Amino acid sequence: MRLYFKYLSILFRSQMQYRASFWLLTCGQFFSPFVMFAGVYFMFERFGQLRGWSFYEVALCFAVIQMAFSLSECFARGFDAFSGLVAGGDFDRLLVRPRSTALQVLGSKFEFTRFGRLLQSIIVLVWALTNLPVAWNAAKAVTLVMMVASGVLIFTGIYMLAATLCFWTIQGLEVANIFTDGGREMAQYPLNIYQKWVTVFFTFIIPFGCANYLPLLYILDKADGHEVMYMLAPFAGALFLLPCLLVWQIGVRHYRSTGS
Amino acid sequence: MIELRGIGKSFKVAKRSAGLTQALKALFVREHTVVEALHDITFQVKEGEIVGYIGPNGAGKSTTIKVMSGILVPDQGFCSIMGYTPWKQRTAYVHHIGVVFGQRSQLWWDVPVIDSFELLRDIYRIPAAAYKANCELLAETLDLRDLLHVPVRQLSLGQRMRCEIAASLLHGPRILFLDEPTIGLDAVSKIAVRQFIKTINKEKGVTVILTTHDMSDIEALADRILMIGGGTLLYDGTLGELRGKFGTQRTVTVDYRAHAQPLDVPEASLLSWSPERAVFSVDTENASIADVIARLSRQVELIDVAIETKPVEQLIVELYKEHDV
Repeated sequence: MRLYFKYLSILFRSQMQYRASFWLLTCGQFFSPFVMFAGVYFMFERFGQLRGWSFYEVALCFAVIQMAFSLSECFARGFDAFSGLVAGGDFDRLLVRPRSTALQVLGSKFEFTRFGRLLQSIIVLVWALTNLPVAWNAAKAVTLVMMVASGVLIFTGIYMLAATLCFWTIQGLEVANIFTDGGREMAQYPLNIYQKWVTVFFTFIIPFGCANYLPLLYILDKADGHEVMYMLAPFAGALFLLPCLLVWQIGVRHYRSTGS
Repeated sequence: MIELRGIGKSFKVAKRSAGLTQALKALFVREHTVVEALHDITFQVKEGEIVGYIGPNGAGKSTTIKVMSGILVPDQGFCSIMGYTPWKQRTAYVHHIGVVFGQRSQLWWDVPVIDSFELLRDIYRIPAAAYKANCELLAETLDLRDLLHVPVRQLSLGQRMRCEIAASLLHGPRILFLDEPTIGLDAVSKIAVRQFIKTINKEKGVTVILTTHDMSDIEALADRILMIGGGTLLYDGTLGELRGKFGTQRTVTVDYRAHAQPLDVPEASLLSWSPERAVFSVDTENASIADVIARLSRQVELIDVAIETKPVEQLIVELYKEHDV
């Protein structure tokens, strides 16, 4: 973990060598989800509510997933940009260093400009929270934090799976975007507005539902009994990372036996 | 210290054929050809040796280095380096080796060199005292003091290579793998890099394995040459032995005061002749250079004599030719 922060620090200093580009990109990142959020806002302006969900409830849902996405893009960018590392042959370098490959790949790149996006989603979050009639307590606050953390881990897991694909093919990575961008777009809304199979897919296969929909029911007091189960859903979502790590290890082994 | 026995490795390479229909077909069915990159590679290296690993492009040099540094797992064979099997105990093993890929940087591009060094200290968990001592020693011998606070992107290639080598020695490895360390360097930098490799080999007893296409690297550094071609080890011996094998020919050029008659030297074959200069080729297996010169000095008044051996470059070309690679 200490090493991870060292990587963070050296890459932050690298980024600061290019200040103008940093600020421009950060601003760009601030405004791009803004357009998406405006879409949500105008939709509710027109229809009032969505299957029993009010605007602020959906805004909370939106903010949580956007925060998770921007944090994961910032801190797990190494996996997201992994194809470059393999294509350039720099992955060999990581293999001759005495640390785990996953940690070194994480540390190979950070995308600090995603703070713009993070800031925007924090604003939405605060706006939604101040307008929701929720009786806050410590358990709910912790759950909210866990939701974001769980989302970050799920996105990281998807990046990892996509990165593992690079060991077999350098192209064809757009597939992963279906799950990252697609998953993000879907999970901006409460999952029960979709068809059953979509809900099942995003709960049990790629568990975005565990990171925002289910615990959100708890926070908004919409859960039907078993509150603890809803509360603990983010932990279940975080488990998604384990099979991803396993697949990653298989990928590394494949790379070392084929060298391609 | 290093032992390889019967190491073999083959790769599947996708066939690429020309034409649109073929390309479309390749989307679904891929034909593979199996390329044998390494075949039955066996050699040993003793502690403290400098070994030059040579061979034409695509001969299997990099693959061997990758196997020895634990990056690649071979299909068959035995390899033991300092008691480790490189690909099995990767993280424990790599503490003892340093690797420099001449064409790729291991330093962080936008920050001063010293920052990269400090990150490497944390990656290798080098104790503070050892790091300080090593860093100072390296800065001293490689003359890096003024470079440490410059961002890597502002360094010249020669300066960068010195920093690269220093970076791979910070953790005090016992073995150093250098993959084309002098590629693209100017003459001064090349000499500095070679000098340094020699120094750490002598003073710290670091075993060095280097691949190169520059035969003057081999001449300046290597006690021993391993040559690989087509995945097979073709030659293992010292430079002296190689000279002995192919290099018994000497070219003797003599300048003398104008002399009209042709010279008579039965021990040597005449390559060219003019009234002031003659060039002979002498095979030292059959005749001694001294005899040739003695005979010449009886016939003409010598002004200058130059004796040349075949350059190493030429020897290697002949070796390649002999093995048809």
